[in-house]
Amino acid sequence: MNFEFTEEQKMIQQAAKDYAQRELIKDAIERDEKAEFPAKHIKNLAGLGFLGMMTDPKYGGGGMDAISYVLAIEELSKVDSSVSVVVSVCNSLVNWGIEIYGTEEQKEKYLKPLARGEKIGAFLLSEPEAGSDASSQRTMAEDKGDYYLLNGTKNWISNANSASTYVVIAQTYPEKKYRGINAFIVEKDSPGISLGKHEDKMGMRSSDTHSVMFTDVKVPKENRIGEDGFGFKYAMKVLDGGRIGIAAQALGIASGAFDLALKYSKERKAFGTEICNHQAIAFKLSDMAVKIEAARFFCLKAAWLKDNNMPYGIASAMAKQYSADIAMEVTTEAVQIHGGYGYVKEYHVERLMRDAKLTQIYEGTSEIQKIVISRSLLKD
Amino acid sequence: MKILVCISNVPDTTTRIRFTDDNKLFDSTGVQWIINPWDELALTRALELKESTNGTIEKISVINVGPKETEPTLRKALAIGADEAIRINALPEDTYFIAAQLAEAVRKNNYDIILCGIESSDYNGSAVGGMLSEFLDFPSISSVSALNIEGNNIEIKREIDGGYEIMTTSLPFIAIVQKGIAIEPRIPSMRGIMMARKKPFAVFEPIEAESLTEHVSYELPKPKAACKMIDPENIKELVDVLHNEAKII
Amino acid sequence: MSVLVYTENWDGKFKKLTFELISYANEIAKKLETNVIALSIGNVNEGELIKLGNYGAERIISVQDERLIKVDNQAYCSVITQVAEKENPEIIVFSNNFSGKAIAPRVSVKLKAGLGSGVIALPSNYEPFTVRKKVFSGNAFSNIVINTPVKILSLAQNSFEIIETENKGSIENFNAELKDVDIKTEAKDIQKITGKIILTDAEIVVSGGRGMKGPENWGPIEELAELLGAATACSRPVSDEGWRPHHEHTGQTGKIIAPNLYIACGISGAIQHLAGVSSSKYIVAINKDNEAPIFEAADYGIIGDVHKVLPEFISALKEFKSED
Repeated sequence: MNFEFTEEQKMIQQAAKDYAQRELIKDAIERDEKAEFPAKHIKNLAGLGFLGMMTDPKYGGGGMDAISYVLAIEELSKVDSSVSVVVSVCNSLVNWGIEIYGTEEQKEKYLKPLARGEKIGAFLLSEPEAGSDASSQRTMAEDKGDYYLLNGTKNWISNANSASTYVVIAQTYPEKKYRGINAFIVEKDSPGISLGKHEDKMGMRSSDTHSVMFTDVKVPKENRIGEDGFGFKYAMKVLDGGRIGIAAQALGIASGAFDLALKYSKERKAFGTEICNHQAIAFKLSDMAVKIEAARFFCLKAAWLKDNNMPYGIASAMAKQYSADIAMEVTTEAVQIHGGYGYVKEYHVERLMRDAKLTQIYEGTSEIQKIVISRSLLKD
Repeated sequence: MKILVCISNVPDTTTRIRFTDDNKLFDSTGVQWIINPWDELALTRALELKESTNGTIEKISVINVGPKETEPTLRKALAIGADEAIRINALPEDTYFIAAQLAEAVRKNNYDIILCGIESSDYNGSAVGGMLSEFLDFPSISSVSALNIEGNNIEIKREIDGGYEIMTTSLPFIAIVQKGIAIEPRIPSMRGIMMARKKPFAVFEPIEAESLTEHVSYELPKPKAACKMIDPENIKELVDVLHNEAKII
Repeated sequence: MSVLVYTENWDGKFKKLTFELISYANEIAKKLETNVIALSIGNVNEGELIKLGNYGAERIISVQDERLIKVDNQAYCSVITQVAEKENPEIIVFSNNFSGKAIAPRVSVKLKAGLGSGVIALPSNYEPFTVRKKVFSGNAFSNIVINTPVKILSLAQNSFEIIETENKGSIENFNAELKDVDIKTEAKDIQKITGKIILTDAEIVVSGGRGMKGPENWGPIEELAELLGAATACSRPVSDEGWRPHHEHTGQTGKIIAPNLYIACGISGAIQHLAGVSSSKYIVAINKDNEAPIFEAADYGIIGDVHKVLPEFISALKEFKSED
């Protein structure tokens, strides 16, 4: 078993790390406080090719593997998850689905600008009444012959404002239940689309999250992705890959917080010595390191399975659930190790703790991951 | 115009420096290798110039004298944007030896501008650029903190005591560059990383050349001593120690 | 078999480092039982040249050429090697400053003489010829053997003291063979450095903490900084109170700096502040509290009232500088 990364993987990891440690870190706290979208950083990362890093080069992407993706997302998330979530949503939730299931015309028109980083994408599944229960879609996409008529509301949509290309999941045949759901590419500036206010969130505040309202929005027939009624399956498959991104994000949050706590514990003195010399703190650090290492293996294994065209749905569910849960634990301990300094905004660590919480909730709550895993265990 | 950037392969700057073999050799176990920071800035500047002068610079080559282990570092240079890489297959014995090898490679091609970092972060020789210039009999300008090309005009800014001089010279020339030549080293894009393996990469055998000097032993600095207290009634002593011991003023 | 020293001039004048270089060369010459020859290039008058004799230069060779007033590395190398070929020195000494770094390597190739650059002391051995320098960007030392009959050394700045001698030097002129085409670089313009030094670039930083008691007391810090060519900085409470601008705040949540010298005035040394300055090569602390944690991080400390110590330090420094 080869646990070494390739030269390219290391280069990608270093590129993400350099950008995060040199540029993202400069204004991360300020943007979090002001809930300001990191427009300049997204543009820079788009220019470096991160937004389409996994998409096939023939569509303008980087053609990188999922392991490189995990490494890049981890490095970015050590500093700023509001930025890494854009990379994750674009690569996994938007680009990947269109690349695998879209028509060549759809790829030419929509995937290419997304992969080249010229446009940002968003994935619209969640609704006010349907979060975990994704098959209970209330947003309607009525088949009107040569177009679909879209009506409804989506909420908690990341990149809602900055994206120009939406992938929207909606119900066309309510009587068919989840087999009547479709996925559509919708241009954000279509008439009838309006955005709710920018959500004032606990964490990942620099990420642009809004609800999106559709009122009689016309979607061309050719913008439907895949067969009629394929939408729910499409969403589930897309989310399988998205989970790898979020798992990597949670991993990055945890390892970023750990690095800060480790450094602090070597400098801060109490009771005559550096606090890392007190066993209580040393044992905390040890527990954190073990959890992070385990999470890292989960993420890389899921990525490896995907890269080798093997089923990865369960692996990615385990990675996402575990990484998110330990991210919450590790960041909480990291704040604790910092003592009073961990509680103030000037120190990055409290922001990482607030960011960690969302990873347990979005793109499939930890509870949903447990349903996925347990159903698979109990299948036969 | 063709630009050549000389690249040195050095340990990552956060490496804990250790020696083995009875302090005769640098301990490279577990060391991450990187492009020498000054060379990386030189390469970044070359790329900026290629982009801003639209066609004036047709190719940027990078070269290193080193064993096979330096190839990832050269490929990083390609990923950042260099067009081709050359490795002279030899251990970098001393600066004279390295410069002799580089000179031979330069003679085989026609470069208009050669860029060298003013020193490498490992041995801090500050010599390769100057030696290479003399081997080739090219004019050299050192401590260069800015290089600008506008049309046919090449302007080189070098630092001197108390200020800067704006210089011009004839092609071909060597610019030995320092901090300021570029602001931040360039980060390779996904596309760059993808293309790196496809770009031309030549390996040449070295010519016969001598090394004139040799590192025979190393020492680590002594651990930091306790604070030396100075009598407030005798402040002159502080000036003395800063001048004589610390050698700062 | 002499020791040849390239003595750079600035607008026809020598600096302290020039005399340090001659003193250094002289000690080597004494060991080798030979003499020091100083080589000056450019328009330097006799009154200035003769000073080199006081530090041990027995002969002072002056190359006066209008074309060589500005340093062209290739041309200077040519001139120096012409003198070296005539005088046959065993050792050639440069300063490891801007021009030394540029010219010494060229001379090394032209004469095929091994170069020890940035040496920090006299040779530790003459057989084999061994010199010491800093490597790994100051994190270690290396002993280098130079294997050629002629050796070139460039001396790191501030490495050697001036030693005055009873010697009197004699001045001679040398006409270098130099064609106009040999000078291929031209200086079109000069820019002098003006304005404040950027904190993160500064080699020396003078910083003040709450012990300064108020913004009105910053005069001595600014004066000291100006005297040392240093940047000014402060601790967090000082910038929070508005005594000093935010960009001066050094510390964990401010700027992280690594100057050669950090002078902490009235700063207690909380770890958040130290996190920003602990990579400084040398730290000097002035504080009236002998238990202040800053003294654990400092290399030199003065326990005293900063309002008294600073002005005294400033006058001691002025006195020292006037001897330059």
